[in-house]
Amino acid sequence: MIELRDVHKSFGAKHVLRGVDLEIARGKSMVIIGGSGTGKSVTLKCVLGLIAADKGLVTVDGQDVTKLRQGSAERDAFLARFGMLFQGGALFDSLTVWQNVAFRLLRGSLKRPKEEAREIAIEKLRRVGLTPDVADLFPAELSGGMQKRVGLARAIAAEPEIIFFDEPTTGLDPIMSGVINELIREIVVEMGATAMTITHDMTSVRAIADNVAMLHGGKIRWTGPVGDMDASGDPYVAQFIFGCAEGPIETVR
Amino acid sequence: MRLPASIGRLVLGFLAAIGRVALFGFETVSHLFRPPYYPREVAQALMQIGYFSLPVVGLTTIFTGGALALQIYAGGARFSAEAVVPQIVAIGMVRELGPVLVGLMIAARVTSSIAAEIATMKVTEQIDALVTLSTNPMKYLTLPRVLAATLVMPVLVAVGNVIGIMGGFLVGVNRLGFNAGTYLRNTIDFLEPSDIMTSLAKGAVFGFLAALMGCYFGMRSGRGAQGVGSATKSAVVAASVLILAANFILTEMFFAA
Repeated sequence: MIELRDVHKSFGAKHVLRGVDLEIARGKSMVIIGGSGTGKSVTLKCVLGLIAADKGLVTVDGQDVTKLRQGSAERDAFLARFGMLFQGGALFDSLTVWQNVAFRLLRGSLKRPKEEAREIAIEKLRRVGLTPDVADLFPAELSGGMQKRVGLARAIAAEPEIIFFDEPTTGLDPIMSGVINELIREIVVEMGATAMTITHDMTSVRAIADNVAMLHGGKIRWTGPVGDMDASGDPYVAQFIFGCAEGPIETVR
Repeated sequence: MRLPASIGRLVLGFLAAIGRVALFGFETVSHLFRPPYYPREVAQALMQIGYFSLPVVGLTTIFTGGALALQIYAGGARFSAEAVVPQIVAIGMVRELGPVLVGLMIAARVTSSIAAEIATMKVTEQIDALVTLSTNPMKYLTLPRVLAATLVMPVLVAVGNVIGIMGGFLVGVNRLGFNAGTYLRNTIDFLEPSDIMTSLAKGAVFGFLAALMGCYFGMRSGRGAQGVGSATKSAVVAASVLILAANFILTEMFFAA
């Protein structure tokens, strides 16, 4: 279980998070929605320890994330339980596709023979709908949708228990978005993984989420099962999910 | 009150920057003693920084050696000391120009590419991706580059010294009428082991600084294309200035030698 308690984070004079409280149950898919610049990415990076929270508690299965020292064995073990799909894919452009997917399997504690790592990589590529002939291409030779798929394959390569998706459909056409949403849903279900997704694509939310949380003004404004979202009774949530220009959320940001 | 305050801010900012760079340098070196290591990355950096820099090192030093011979001949002629060309070219090249010119060319060629590469990785979240894949960017990106540059720079400086002396030799023999055998003998007899040692030591220090600056500014890059551009520029400027400053300090240290 992932738990955030009263998490605060400022960048200079800008208070991005002003006391985020959130719980993500094991094996559930949580989607965080909210406008651009409301701190969705920051929340996610706080859980991973990529950004240190100024105040508050972040725990994963009771383990305090903020206490893990950079580069310590505990932190490596902690990170080994995670997979993450980055917004732009964040593929290493100096490595081929299969080396990207198998990155974790080629070095460090999960290291295994090259042949085996390559086989696993090709298997994962197949899982996300890519043929083995892309394995030896470089990321720059792929389309945006294919890069997303490779990023997804890399995120699941080491069979993580927890997977984070940072805006998985941004920059993709509607059909490709649908494909990626479906893939995410399938993979999360079949791996039994805990998932945390941030997005502002409502189609994505309905396809991926078990639970939804809305982040606004640096706090969780509303949280509940995806089925209750349309009848949340919260004017902020209503404005966001129906995309109204009129409402309590300021449209000039 | 404004002027002292802004001077104070400037000084404090400068001191803080020195502190940050020093900490970054210490952290980099500390990873030398803490596994895991990434030998493949080191090998790749050795190729990139060492082997592929050979053409630019050769071109820079051969022209400088040639020009140096001409200048010393012209200057020496004013007090009938034309004959010292081989000795002065040798000592000028080995003790000073070889390391400095190779250092500056490495700052231009290697520091810029390291800074731009790491900054782009930072901007496209590849550095964050490394961390989530349980790989420390300081171990995977910084140490291999800094280590490779420190190891390979003395070799590049040695090559540069030889080619620079050859430039002087070619001009001396073909243009200034020196006897080839005499020129070479004068060069070899005149150079002392300490000249060569200090030259190579300078190379190692300059290589360390050049790669460290590339990594430091790359890792601290701001967002977007502008962030990458500004990181690259700062890295090259800082590396060049530090190399020249270190050159003076090292020359002063080695002065008696």
